[in-house]
Amino acid sequence: MFANIARVLAQSSKKCLPLVRSKHSLPDLPYDFNALEPVISAEIMQVHHQKHHATYVNNLNVAEEKLFEAKQRGSVSDQIALTSALKFNGGGHINHSIFWTILCKDGTSEPEGELAEAIKRDFGSYQRMVDLLVATSTGIQGSGWGWLGYNKQLNRLDIVACANQDPLQATTGLHPLFGIDVWEHAYYLQYKNARPDYVKSIFKIANWRKVEELFGKARHD
Amino acid sequence: MSFQLPPLPYDYQVLEPFVDKETMNLHHTKHHQAYVNNLNGATKDSDIVAICQNIKNYPVAVRNNGGGHYNHSLFWKWMAPVGSSNVAPTGTLKEKIEATFGSVDEMKKKFTDAALTRFGSGWAWLGVKKDGSLAISSTANQDNPLMAGVADVEMIPILGLDVWEHAYYLKYQNRRGEYIQQWWNVVNWDEVVKYYDNFASKNNPVPINQ
Repeated sequence: MFANIARVLAQSSKKCLPLVRSKHSLPDLPYDFNALEPVISAEIMQVHHQKHHATYVNNLNVAEEKLFEAKQRGSVSDQIALTSALKFNGGGHINHSIFWTILCKDGTSEPEGELAEAIKRDFGSYQRMVDLLVATSTGIQGSGWGWLGYNKQLNRLDIVACANQDPLQATTGLHPLFGIDVWEHAYYLQYKNARPDYVKSIFKIANWRKVEELFGKARHD
Repeated sequence: MSFQLPPLPYDYQVLEPFVDKETMNLHHTKHHQAYVNNLNGATKDSDIVAICQNIKNYPVAVRNNGGGHYNHSLFWKWMAPVGSSNVAPTGTLKEKIEATFGSVDEMKKKFTDAALTRFGSGWAWLGVKKDGSLAISSTANQDNPLMAGVADVEMIPILGLDVWEHAYYLKYQNRRGEYIQQWWNVVNWDEVVKYYDNFASKNNPVPINQ
Protein backbone atom coordinates (compact mmCIF):
# COMPACT_ATOMS: atom_id res chain seq x y z
CA MET A 1 0.00 0.00 0.00
CA PHE A 2 2.73 2.43 0.93
CA ALA A 3 4.59 1.72 -2.28
CA ASN A 4 1.49 2.75 -4.23
CA ILE A 5 1.14 5.99 -2.26
CA ALA A 6 4.79 6.68 -2.90
CA ARG A 7 4.38 6.09 -6.61
CA VAL A 8 1.37 8.39 -6.86
CA LEU A 9 3.11 11.15 -4.96
CA ALA A 10 6.23 10.78 -7.06
CA GLN A 11 4.25 11.00 -10.26
CA SER A 12 2.14 13.93 -9.12
CA SER A 13 5.01 16.28 -8.56
CA LYS A 14 8.62 16.19 -9.61
CA LYS A 15 9.54 18.24 -6.57
CA CYS A 16 7.85 15.88 -4.14
CA LEU A 17 10.13 13.12 -2.87
CA PRO A 18 8.46 9.72 -2.52
CA LEU A 19 7.72 8.64 1.03
CA VAL A 20 9.34 5.28 0.54
CA ARG A 21 12.33 4.39 -1.60
CA SER A 22 13.69 0.90 -1.45
CA LYS A 23 17.00 0.60 0.31
CA HIS A 24 19.51 -2.18 0.07
CA SER A 25 19.89 -4.40 3.08
CA LEU A 26 22.59 -6.75 4.31
CA PRO A 27 21.65 -10.29 3.23
CA ASP A 28 21.84 -12.94 5.95
CA LEU A 29 24.61 -15.47 5.71
CA PRO A 30 23.23 -18.85 4.62
CA TYR A 31 25.11 -20.46 7.55
CA ASP A 32 26.57 -19.67 10.97
CA PHE A 33 29.80 -17.68 11.28
CA ASN A 34 31.73 -20.84 12.17
CA ALA A 35 30.38 -22.97 9.31
CA LEU A 36 33.39 -22.44 7.06
CA GLU A 37 35.99 -23.38 9.68
CA PRO A 38 38.79 -24.32 9.52
CA VAL A 39 39.19 -22.76 6.09
CA ILE A 40 37.77 -19.37 7.09
CA SER A 41 37.55 -18.58 10.80
CA ALA A 42 34.34 -17.53 12.53
CA GLU A 43 36.03 -14.29 13.55
CA ILE A 44 36.76 -13.37 9.94
CA MET A 45 33.24 -14.31 8.81
CA GLN A 46 31.70 -12.15 11.51
CA VAL A 47 33.80 -9.04 10.82
CA HIS A 48 33.63 -9.55 7.07
CA HIS A 49 29.83 -9.82 7.04
CA GLN A 50 28.79 -7.55 9.92
CA LYS A 51 31.33 -4.78 9.36
CA HIS A 52 32.73 -4.75 5.83
CA HIS A 53 29.67 -5.89 3.87
CA ALA A 54 27.34 -3.90 6.14
CA THR A 55 29.40 -0.77 5.48
CA TYR A 56 29.16 -1.24 1.72
CA VAL A 57 25.37 -1.58 2.06
CA ASN A 58 25.06 1.55 4.23
CA ASN A 59 27.33 3.62 2.02
CA LEU A 60 25.55 2.39 -1.12
CA ASN A 61 22.26 3.59 0.33
CA VAL A 62 23.81 6.97 1.14
CA ALA A 63 25.27 7.28 -2.37
CA GLU A 64 21.98 6.35 -4.03
CA GLU A 65 20.13 8.86 -1.88
CA LYS A 66 22.57 11.58 -2.95
CA LEU A 67 22.22 10.45 -6.57
CA PHE A 68 18.46 10.77 -6.37
CA GLU A 69 18.74 14.24 -4.84
CA ALA A 70 21.25 15.33 -7.49
CA LYS A 71 18.87 14.15 -10.20
CA GLN A 72 16.00 16.01 -8.52
CA ARG A 73 18.12 19.15 -8.59
CA GLY A 74 18.98 18.51 -12.20
CA SER A 75 22.71 18.44 -11.48
CA VAL A 76 24.47 16.14 -13.90
CA SER A 77 27.81 17.16 -12.44
CA ASP A 78 26.84 16.05 -8.94
CA GLN A 79 25.53 12.76 -10.30
CA ILE A 80 28.82 12.11 -12.04
CA ALA A 81 30.75 12.97 -8.87
CA LEU A 82 29.01 10.05 -7.18
CA THR A 83 30.20 7.38 -9.63
CA SER A 84 33.19 6.34 -7.49
CA ALA A 85 31.06 5.90 -4.39
CA LEU A 86 28.51 3.88 -6.36
CA LYS A 87 31.18 1.65 -7.86
CA PHE A 88 33.00 1.07 -4.58
CA ASN A 89 29.98 0.40 -2.45
CA GLY A 90 27.64 -1.04 -5.07
CA GLY A 91 30.42 -3.31 -6.26
CA GLY A 92 31.18 -4.29 -2.67
CA HIS A 93 27.53 -5.17 -2.09
CA ILE A 94 27.21 -7.16 -5.32
CA ASN A 95 30.46 -9.04 -4.83
CA HIS A 96 29.92 -10.02 -1.22
CA SER A 97 26.29 -11.00 -1.79
CA ILE A 98 27.53 -13.52 -4.36
CA PHE A 99 30.51 -14.59 -2.24
CA TRP A 100 28.51 -15.84 0.75
CA THR A 101 26.40 -18.07 -1.50
CA ILE A 102 29.24 -19.75 -3.39
CA LEU A 103 30.81 -21.03 -0.19
CA CYS A 104 29.36 -23.70 2.09
CA LYS A 105 30.29 -25.90 5.02
CA ASP A 106 32.75 -28.60 3.93
CA GLY A 107 32.29 -27.66 0.26
CA THR A 108 30.72 -29.93 -2.35
CA SER A 109 31.98 -32.45 -4.84
CA GLU A 110 33.67 -30.97 -7.88
CA PRO A 111 31.59 -29.23 -10.57
CA GLU A 112 29.15 -31.45 -12.44
CA GLY A 113 26.92 -31.31 -15.49
CA GLU A 114 27.08 -28.44 -17.96
CA LEU A 115 29.55 -26.48 -15.85
CA ALA A 116 31.96 -29.43 -15.62
CA GLU A 117 31.81 -29.86 -19.39
CA ALA A 118 32.44 -26.16 -19.97
CA ILE A 119 35.42 -26.19 -17.59
CA LYS A 120 36.92 -29.20 -19.36
CA ARG A 121 36.33 -27.56 -22.76
CA ASP A 122 37.73 -24.13 -21.83
CA PHE A 123 40.57 -25.06 -19.46
CA GLY A 124 41.40 -28.69 -20.19
CA SER A 125 40.49 -29.89 -16.73
CA TYR A 126 39.07 -28.77 -13.39
CA GLN A 127 42.57 -28.75 -11.87
CA ARG A 128 43.92 -26.50 -14.60
CA MET A 129 41.03 -24.10 -14.03
CA VAL A 130 41.79 -24.08 -10.31
CA ASP A 131 45.51 -23.50 -10.93
CA LEU A 132 44.74 -20.52 -13.16
CA LEU A 133 42.23 -19.03 -10.74
CA VAL A 134 44.68 -19.49 -7.86
CA ALA A 135 47.48 -17.79 -9.81
CA THR A 136 45.22 -14.95 -10.94
CA SER A 137 43.82 -14.31 -7.46
CA THR A 138 47.17 -14.62 -5.70
CA GLY A 139 48.81 -12.26 -8.17
CA ILE A 140 46.44 -9.34 -7.68
CA GLN A 141 48.34 -6.28 -6.45
CA GLY A 142 46.62 -4.62 -3.55
CA SER A 143 42.91 -5.31 -3.15
CA GLY A 144 40.59 -7.10 -5.54
CA TRP A 145 38.82 -10.29 -6.59
CA GLY A 146 39.71 -13.26 -8.78
CA TRP A 147 36.76 -14.50 -10.84
CA LEU A 148 35.64 -17.46 -12.86
CA GLY A 149 33.13 -15.85 -15.19
CA TYR A 150 31.02 -16.67 -18.23
CA ASN A 151 31.24 -14.85 -21.54
CA LYS A 152 27.76 -15.24 -22.98
CA GLN A 153 28.63 -13.75 -26.37
CA LEU A 154 31.39 -16.29 -26.97
CA ASN A 155 29.85 -19.07 -24.85
CA ARG A 156 33.12 -19.43 -23.01
CA LEU A 157 34.35 -19.47 -19.43
CA ASP A 158 37.08 -17.03 -18.52
CA ILE A 159 39.23 -16.16 -15.51
CA VAL A 160 39.98 -12.53 -14.75
CA ALA A 161 41.03 -10.27 -11.90
CA CYS A 162 39.10 -7.18 -10.86
CA ALA A 163 40.61 -4.39 -8.78
CA ASN A 164 39.12 -3.16 -5.53
CA GLN A 165 35.34 -3.77 -5.58
CA ASP A 166 34.91 -3.36 -9.34
CA PRO A 167 31.96 -5.64 -10.11
CA LEU A 168 32.71 -8.31 -12.71
CA GLN A 169 29.71 -7.94 -15.00
CA ALA A 170 29.63 -4.15 -15.13
CA THR A 171 33.39 -4.01 -15.66
CA THR A 172 33.99 -6.88 -18.10
CA GLY A 173 30.59 -8.12 -19.25
CA LEU A 174 31.33 -11.58 -17.80
CA HIS A 175 28.65 -13.22 -15.69
CA PRO A 176 30.09 -13.93 -12.23
CA LEU A 177 30.23 -17.62 -11.27
CA PHE A 178 32.90 -18.16 -8.60
CA GLY A 179 34.84 -15.31 -7.03
CA ILE A 180 37.64 -15.14 -4.48
CA ASP A 181 37.91 -12.03 -2.31
CA VAL A 182 41.62 -11.28 -1.90
CA TRP A 183 41.29 -8.03 0.02
CA GLU A 184 43.47 -8.59 3.08
CA HIS A 185 40.38 -8.30 5.31
CA ALA A 186 39.15 -11.58 3.79
CA TYR A 187 42.02 -13.61 5.28
CA TYR A 188 44.51 -11.60 7.32
CA LEU A 189 43.36 -12.43 10.85
CA GLN A 190 43.90 -16.11 10.11
CA TYR A 191 46.42 -16.42 7.28
CA LYS A 192 48.39 -13.17 7.82
CA ASN A 193 50.48 -12.50 4.70
CA ALA A 194 50.03 -16.06 3.35
CA ARG A 195 47.45 -15.21 0.71
CA PRO A 196 48.34 -18.29 -1.44
CA ASP A 197 47.38 -20.64 1.44
CA TYR A 198 43.97 -18.97 1.79
CA VAL A 199 43.30 -18.98 -1.95
CA LYS A 200 44.24 -22.64 -2.35
CA SER A 201 42.16 -23.65 0.68
CA ILE A 202 39.01 -21.91 -0.47
CA PHE A 203 38.28 -24.69 -2.93
CA LYS A 204 37.60 -26.96 0.07
CA ILE A 205 34.51 -24.89 0.84
CA ALA A 206 33.35 -24.13 -2.70
CA ASN A 207 29.63 -24.58 -3.23
CA TRP A 208 29.72 -25.88 -6.80
CA ARG A 209 25.97 -26.60 -6.73
CA LYS A 210 25.35 -22.86 -6.41
CA VAL A 211 27.93 -22.09 -9.11
CA GLU A 212 26.21 -24.60 -11.44
CA GLU A 213 22.95 -22.77 -10.76
CA LEU A 214 24.54 -19.39 -11.59
CA PHE A 215 26.00 -20.86 -14.77
CA GLY A 216 22.65 -22.29 -15.79
CA LYS A 217 20.94 -18.93 -15.26
CA ALA A 218 23.64 -17.07 -17.20
CA ARG A 219 23.47 -19.53 -20.10
CA HIS A 220 19.73 -19.86 -20.42
CA ASP A 221 18.19 -16.59 -19.26
CA MET B 1 74.45 -4.67 -5.27
CA SER B 2 70.96 -5.92 -4.58
CA PHE B 3 68.39 -4.27 -2.35
CA GLN B 4 68.33 -5.22 1.32
CA LEU B 5 65.66 -5.13 3.99
CA PRO B 6 66.67 -2.25 6.27
CA PRO B 7 66.65 -3.07 9.99
CA LEU B 8 63.97 -1.38 12.09
CA PRO B 9 65.36 1.51 14.17
CA TYR B 10 63.61 0.01 17.24
CA ASP B 11 62.14 -3.24 18.58
CA TYR B 12 58.82 -4.54 17.31
CA GLN B 13 56.88 -3.71 20.46
CA VAL B 14 57.96 -0.09 21.01
CA LEU B 15 55.06 1.49 19.13
CA GLU B 16 52.51 -0.24 21.37
CA PRO B 17 49.70 0.30 22.05
CA PHE B 18 49.25 2.37 18.87
CA VAL B 19 50.80 -0.05 16.40
CA ASP B 20 50.95 -3.57 17.76
CA LYS B 21 54.05 -5.75 17.98
CA GLU B 22 52.68 -8.57 15.83
CA THR B 23 51.79 -6.18 13.01
CA MET B 24 55.23 -4.54 13.13
CA ASN B 25 56.88 -7.95 12.99
CA LEU B 26 54.80 -9.26 10.08
CA HIS B 27 54.86 -5.96 8.27
CA HIS B 28 58.67 -5.76 8.40
CA THR B 29 59.79 -9.40 8.19
CA LYS B 30 57.16 -10.64 5.74
CA HIS B 31 55.60 -7.84 3.71
CA HIS B 32 58.60 -5.53 3.33
CA GLN B 33 60.95 -8.51 2.92
CA ALA B 34 58.76 -9.81 0.07
CA TYR B 35 58.93 -6.44 -1.72
CA VAL B 36 62.73 -6.53 -1.42
CA ASN B 37 62.99 -10.11 -2.70
CA ASN B 38 60.60 -9.49 -5.59
CA LEU B 39 62.31 -6.22 -6.49
CA ASN B 40 65.67 -7.96 -6.70
CA GLY B 41 64.09 -10.49 -9.00
CA ALA B 42 62.58 -7.80 -11.21
CA THR B 43 65.45 -5.38 -11.87
CA LYS B 44 69.21 -5.10 -11.71
CA ASP B 45 69.08 -1.30 -11.29
CA SER B 46 70.04 -0.09 -7.83
CA ASP B 47 68.96 3.55 -7.45
CA ILE B 48 65.51 3.25 -5.92
CA VAL B 49 64.76 6.97 -6.15
CA ALA B 50 65.64 7.06 -9.84
CA ILE B 51 63.55 3.93 -10.39
CA CYS B 52 60.52 5.60 -8.77
CA GLN B 53 60.99 8.80 -10.74
CA ASN B 54 61.23 6.85 -14.00
CA ILE B 55 58.70 4.19 -13.14
CA LYS B 56 57.05 4.36 -16.55
CA ASN B 57 60.15 2.71 -18.00
CA TYR B 58 59.82 -0.32 -15.76
CA PRO B 59 57.52 -3.35 -15.70
CA VAL B 60 54.65 -3.50 -13.23
CA ALA B 61 56.59 -5.81 -10.90
CA VAL B 62 59.11 -3.02 -10.34
CA ARG B 63 56.34 -0.46 -9.77
CA ASN B 64 54.71 -2.65 -7.11
CA ASN B 65 57.83 -3.90 -5.37
CA GLY B 66 60.09 -0.89 -5.91
CA GLY B 67 57.34 1.36 -4.60
CA GLY B 68 56.81 -1.05 -1.71
CA HIS B 69 60.50 -1.04 -0.81
CA TYR B 70 60.86 2.75 -0.95
CA ASN B 71 57.63 3.45 0.90
CA HIS B 72 58.27 1.01 3.72
CA SER B 73 61.94 1.96 4.13
CA LEU B 74 60.82 5.45 5.05
CA PHE B 75 57.69 4.29 6.90
CA TRP B 76 59.75 2.67 9.67
CA LYS B 77 61.61 5.95 10.12
CA TRP B 78 58.47 8.04 10.08
CA MET B 79 57.50 6.34 13.32
CA ALA B 80 59.19 6.35 16.73
CA PRO B 81 58.25 5.33 20.27
CA VAL B 82 56.35 7.93 22.26
CA GLY B 83 58.71 10.30 24.03
CA SER B 84 61.63 9.90 21.65
CA SER B 85 60.70 12.75 19.31
CA ASN B 86 58.94 16.09 19.36
CA VAL B 87 55.17 15.62 19.31
CA ALA B 88 54.71 18.22 16.57
CA PRO B 89 56.65 19.69 13.66
CA THR B 90 59.12 22.45 14.49
CA GLY B 91 61.05 25.21 12.72
CA THR B 92 60.54 26.07 9.08
CA LEU B 93 58.32 23.07 8.40
CA LYS B 94 55.97 24.13 11.19
CA GLU B 95 55.72 27.63 9.70
CA LYS B 96 55.20 26.21 6.24
CA ILE B 97 52.42 23.91 7.50
CA GLU B 98 50.69 26.78 9.27
CA ALA B 99 50.99 29.03 6.22
CA THR B 100 49.60 26.33 3.92
CA PHE B 101 46.89 24.67 6.02
CA GLY B 102 46.19 27.20 8.78
CA SER B 103 47.48 24.99 11.56
CA VAL B 104 49.13 21.65 12.22
CA ASP B 105 45.73 20.29 13.29
CA GLU B 106 44.17 21.35 10.00
CA MET B 107 46.99 19.63 8.13
CA LYS B 108 46.39 16.46 10.16
CA LYS B 109 42.67 16.62 9.36
CA LYS B 110 43.36 16.84 5.63
CA PHE B 111 45.94 14.05 5.82
CA THR B 112 43.53 11.89 7.80
CA ASP B 113 40.84 12.52 5.22
CA ALA B 114 43.18 11.49 2.39
CA ALA B 115 44.01 8.30 4.30
CA LEU B 116 40.34 7.53 4.98
CA THR B 117 39.11 8.14 1.46
CA ARG B 118 41.76 6.05 -0.31
CA PHE B 119 39.56 3.10 -1.33
CA GLY B 120 41.33 -0.24 -1.26
CA SER B 121 45.08 -0.38 -0.68
CA GLY B 122 47.36 2.63 -0.74
CA TRP B 123 49.15 5.39 1.10
CA ALA B 124 48.46 8.95 2.28
CA TRP B 125 51.20 11.54 1.83
CA LEU B 126 52.43 14.94 2.94
CA GLY B 127 54.97 16.25 0.47
CA VAL B 128 56.71 19.15 -1.21
CA LYS B 129 55.89 20.02 -4.81
CA LYS B 130 58.32 21.33 -7.39
CA ASP B 131 57.29 24.91 -6.65
CA GLY B 132 58.17 24.40 -2.99
CA SER B 133 54.59 24.30 -1.75
CA LEU B 134 53.28 21.64 0.63
CA ALA B 135 50.51 19.29 -0.47
CA ILE B 136 48.58 16.25 0.74
CA SER B 137 47.54 13.37 -1.48
CA SER B 138 46.98 9.63 -1.57
CA THR B 139 48.10 6.94 -4.00
CA ALA B 140 46.90 3.44 -4.77
CA ASN B 141 48.72 0.23 -3.92
CA GLN B 142 52.50 0.85 -3.68
CA ASP B 143 52.57 3.94 -5.88
CA ASN B 144 54.19 7.04 -4.39
CA PRO B 145 54.30 10.74 -5.35
CA LEU B 146 57.81 10.43 -6.84
CA MET B 147 56.33 8.35 -9.66
CA ALA B 148 56.05 10.84 -12.50
CA GLY B 149 53.12 10.18 -14.79
CA VAL B 150 51.53 7.81 -12.28
CA ALA B 151 50.81 9.83 -9.15
CA ASP B 152 47.97 12.38 -9.35
CA VAL B 153 50.09 14.83 -7.37
CA GLU B 154 53.82 14.65 -8.04
CA MET B 155 55.83 15.72 -5.04
CA ILE B 156 58.63 14.71 -2.69
CA PRO B 157 57.03 12.80 0.20
CA ILE B 158 58.20 13.79 3.69
CA LEU B 159 55.53 11.83 5.60
CA GLY B 160 53.54 8.80 4.56
CA LEU B 161 50.96 6.47 6.10
CA ASP B 162 50.36 2.91 4.95
CA VAL B 163 46.61 2.20 4.69
CA TRP B 164 46.86 -1.29 3.24
CA GLU B 165 44.77 -3.48 5.54
CA HIS B 166 47.88 -5.44 6.58
CA ALA B 167 49.15 -2.26 8.26
CA TYR B 168 46.32 -2.24 10.80
CA TYR B 169 43.97 -5.21 10.52
CA LEU B 170 45.22 -7.40 13.38
CA LYS B 171 44.55 -4.66 15.93
CA TYR B 172 41.93 -2.45 14.30
CA GLN B 173 40.12 -4.73 11.82
CA ASN B 174 37.87 -2.53 9.68
CA ARG B 175 38.37 0.54 11.91
CA ARG B 176 40.80 2.39 9.70
CA GLY B 177 39.79 5.72 11.21
CA GLU B 178 40.84 4.58 14.66
CA TYR B 179 44.20 3.33 13.31
CA ILE B 180 44.90 6.69 11.69
CA GLN B 181 43.95 8.57 14.85
CA GLN B 182 46.23 6.41 16.99
CA TRP B 183 49.09 6.51 14.47
CA TRP B 184 49.54 10.27 14.97
CA ASN B 185 50.87 9.39 18.46
CA VAL B 186 53.93 7.69 16.99
CA VAL B 187 54.83 10.05 14.15
CA ASN B 188 58.53 10.89 14.32
CA TRP B 189 58.28 14.63 13.70
CA ASP B 190 62.02 15.17 14.14
CA GLU B 191 62.65 12.86 11.20
CA VAL B 192 59.95 14.54 9.12
CA VAL B 193 61.50 17.96 9.84
CA LYS B 194 64.92 16.57 8.88
CA TYR B 195 63.53 15.27 5.58
CA TYR B 196 62.05 18.68 4.85
CA ASP B 197 65.14 20.70 5.86
CA ASN B 198 67.80 18.48 4.31
CA PHE B 199 66.05 17.14 1.23
CA ALA B 200 62.58 18.20 0.16
CA SER B 201 63.03 21.94 0.64
CA LYS B 202 66.04 21.65 -1.70
CA ASN B 203 63.94 19.77 -4.26
CA ASN B 204 65.69 16.48 -3.52
CA PRO B 205 63.82 13.24 -2.82
CA VAL B 206 64.53 11.62 0.52
CA PRO B 207 67.05 8.78 0.06
CA ILE B 208 66.37 5.54 1.89
CA ASN B 209 69.83 5.08 3.36
CA GLN B 210 70.95 8.06 5.34
